[in-house]
Amino acid sequence: MSAYRVEFRNVSFKYDNEQPWVLKDCSFTVDPDESIAIIGHNGSGKSTIAKLMNGLLFPQEGEIFIEGMEVTPETVWDIRKEVGMVFQNPDNQFVGTTVQDDVAFGMENRGVPRKEMRKRIDETLHIVGMTEYVLTEPHRLSGGQKQRVAIASVLAIQPNVLILDEATAMLDPRGRKEIMNTLHRVQTERSVSLITITHDLHEVIQAERVIVLNKGEIWDEGTPREIFAKKKALREIGLDVPFITTLKDELEKSGIHLEQEPLNHEQLLEDLWIYHSNM
Amino acid sequence: MGNGLIIGQYVPGNSIPHQLDPRTKITIIFIFVVTVFFANNVWSYGILALFAIVSMLLTRIRIGYIMKGLLPIWFLIAFTFILHLFITKEGAVLVDILGLKIHVGGVIQGFAISLRFFLLILVTSLLTLTTTPIEITDAIEYMFHPLKKIKFPVHELALMMSISLRFIPTLMQETDKISKAQASRGVDFRTGPIKERVKAVVPLLIPLFVSAFKRAEELAMAMEARGYNGDIGRTKLRELKITSLDVIAYILLAIAIAGLFVTRTYG
Amino acid sequence: MDISLEHVTYIYQENSPFSHKALDNMSMHIPSGSFVAIIGHTGSGKSTLIQHINGLVRPTKGKVSIGDYQLTHDTKPDNMKELRSKVGVVFQYPEHQLFEETIAKDIAFGPENFGVTQEEIDRRVEKTIQDVGLDQSYLEKSPFDLSGGQMRRVAIAGVLAVDPEVLVLDEPTAGLDPRGQSEIMDMFAKLHVEKELTTILVTHSMEDALAYADHVFILNKGSLFMEGPPLEVFAEKEALQQVDLDVPEVMQFLNAFEQKFNQKIPYTKQSMKEIAQAMAQIVKGGQSHG
Repeated sequence: MSAYRVEFRNVSFKYDNEQPWVLKDCSFTVDPDESIAIIGHNGSGKSTIAKLMNGLLFPQEGEIFIEGMEVTPETVWDIRKEVGMVFQNPDNQFVGTTVQDDVAFGMENRGVPRKEMRKRIDETLHIVGMTEYVLTEPHRLSGGQKQRVAIASVLAIQPNVLILDEATAMLDPRGRKEIMNTLHRVQTERSVSLITITHDLHEVIQAERVIVLNKGEIWDEGTPREIFAKKKALREIGLDVPFITTLKDELEKSGIHLEQEPLNHEQLLEDLWIYHSNM
Repeated sequence: MGNGLIIGQYVPGNSIPHQLDPRTKITIIFIFVVTVFFANNVWSYGILALFAIVSMLLTRIRIGYIMKGLLPIWFLIAFTFILHLFITKEGAVLVDILGLKIHVGGVIQGFAISLRFFLLILVTSLLTLTTTPIEITDAIEYMFHPLKKIKFPVHELALMMSISLRFIPTLMQETDKISKAQASRGVDFRTGPIKERVKAVVPLLIPLFVSAFKRAEELAMAMEARGYNGDIGRTKLRELKITSLDVIAYILLAIAIAGLFVTRTYG
Repeated sequence: MDISLEHVTYIYQENSPFSHKALDNMSMHIPSGSFVAIIGHTGSGKSTLIQHINGLVRPTKGKVSIGDYQLTHDTKPDNMKELRSKVGVVFQYPEHQLFEETIAKDIAFGPENFGVTQEEIDRRVEKTIQDVGLDQSYLEKSPFDLSGGQMRRVAIAGVLAVDPEVLVLDEPTAGLDPRGQSEIMDMFAKLHVEKELTTILVTHSMEDALAYADHVFILNKGSLFMEGPPLEVFAEKEALQQVDLDVPEVMQFLNAFEQKFNQKIPYTKQSMKEIAQAMAQIVKGGQSHG
């Protein structure tokens, strides 16, 4: 058995033979309980990676393993017990007519007994902070609330891998904050590997490791700090860098040399203060 | 769209009719609909009307709201009444306007038919007012369950119904959004000759279809990702339960029907 | 065209159990030629507000004036179509409104409805496709073969082709990647100047409001919570926190910097380079600034 939760071995994929490769020779691994972010411009192949992990698509070349089990049309139903996914559009993944029906949907598919379903609905709605909305209909919820329900629905099947495929892209800032807070709680209460596919820099900073995709290939891989240090190259492939990184860069040009790449305001201020005290 | 028909509109609540099992409600309404046709005098109609009115009061929904929602139906009822007024030629002549005679029998018949019609619509709308569409779907799936033996796709049909119900508000919001977007590009949905108005629907329908297909595709993918694989080995969260309330409801219905058959005239 | 709202209240589905007050006694004034930003959370009444400006809904109470056109509960302008031709609205995810076989036809749809001559329409189609940064070779393609970002540009061209005097933008960058977002916003900034538009931007991005608007309205639960020039509004950190809104990141950092070093660097939309230089001076212990 492989020690990795997720392993991609030289994976290539295209939608049909006429079209170019969407992914080319991608290899990477995800450890248990690790949180990683996958970033790249629109059309870089990010979402394809997510669908491959869940057996919604199969690669033409290479292999994908989840918990050491290869993803094939035969294993796909077992794979989907291990890998849960939250998609971009909050409306188009809400199956149930009320919150509790939606959380139950995945469990119903897997034949979970009713008593156990009730228990898990309570638990997962508690984790995502939606307990008081058990009976609410989807059109009375905000986008952020719907996505929290989607997260609860996935947690209810107790997966080892949770993938968020641009799950915050259609939300307002409040909705995004809700999701970020929810994911924090998920990580403290459940043992899952978290894979976030995103444009949002705040989400990238939260990850332990970042994989950067460009034109279907893995362009770079490293900690957020290592990745953002390559700001110029990142901008060239259409990605943004955080405000704080840009500011550090300008400070550098004004003669202030700081040792490390700051990730938040407090860090940069602290480093500046130390610099100031040593003058 | 809020001030149209209330048939099909659910009003959340926790009243006795809300708490009844949907199968009970469907059965009671079915029996009621049949029984209405047996009423034939003031007393028997009175008992049925009493049953309907008590049910309506029990829902605790504002009567004004229910009646306003039935407004379009009132026109139909009035029409039925007038029709019978002139068609039925029984009993003494009440009024004679330029040879158009209204008979006593016409008035009575008009009242009877209109009341019958009104009671049917009222009771049926009480079902949808107090029962979520999904409960109705569940009840139908349960009641049609025996048809599975002849390979009738009961589960698939119920799932389709529940998904449609789930997406009705979403698609209504979408329709509103797209029609506003096109209206601001100068489309006029309200005035002009019929031909122009039909043409105005195209810029609304095409985007709606495009989006509905996209939603369907994404939803299918999300359902697959969540392990949906037909109804093999599937369990259900929703459970229909007959409680003492349902038994009481059936008893009340039985009493009303008994009363009706005692009071109706025979021969 | 000057736009003003006087004590506007709007109630959805009045007299039903679902009735809901979307705007509550709101008054505001948007002078002709200005670029304003409207900020607020989902449900603050932003969408309802912009629908009033286009005559798509009428106020339950109060009065809305757009130039000479007036809307109240009981009255609407005699020529609603004319009003709509002067106020262009780019709705959220405008690509959802595309429907024609070719891009050229879709862009021409608006002007045709408003009775513009064929010759003028052809001219505008060619012009607007360039305005939104697409090549003329796209004109005969189907809009449904484009990428999401390109479809949005086509939809925007469809609104611009009507040649409005007021342009309302409802979160025009939602769902785009970072590069797409800045390209679209720069395009609107350019159009605002070139076409001398009155631009109303509905946004969640404090950064965009700061960068592009000359006046900001903050909405909360259907009421106007605050208004003013962006630098003044964003200086009211505590007030904004009350309605759960953040100050733009650069101003947040300058505030924190002031607390740490006890020296203020006033924000006047200077470049990042100038900010860094001012900070460097303080950090290095040089003469104090400001």
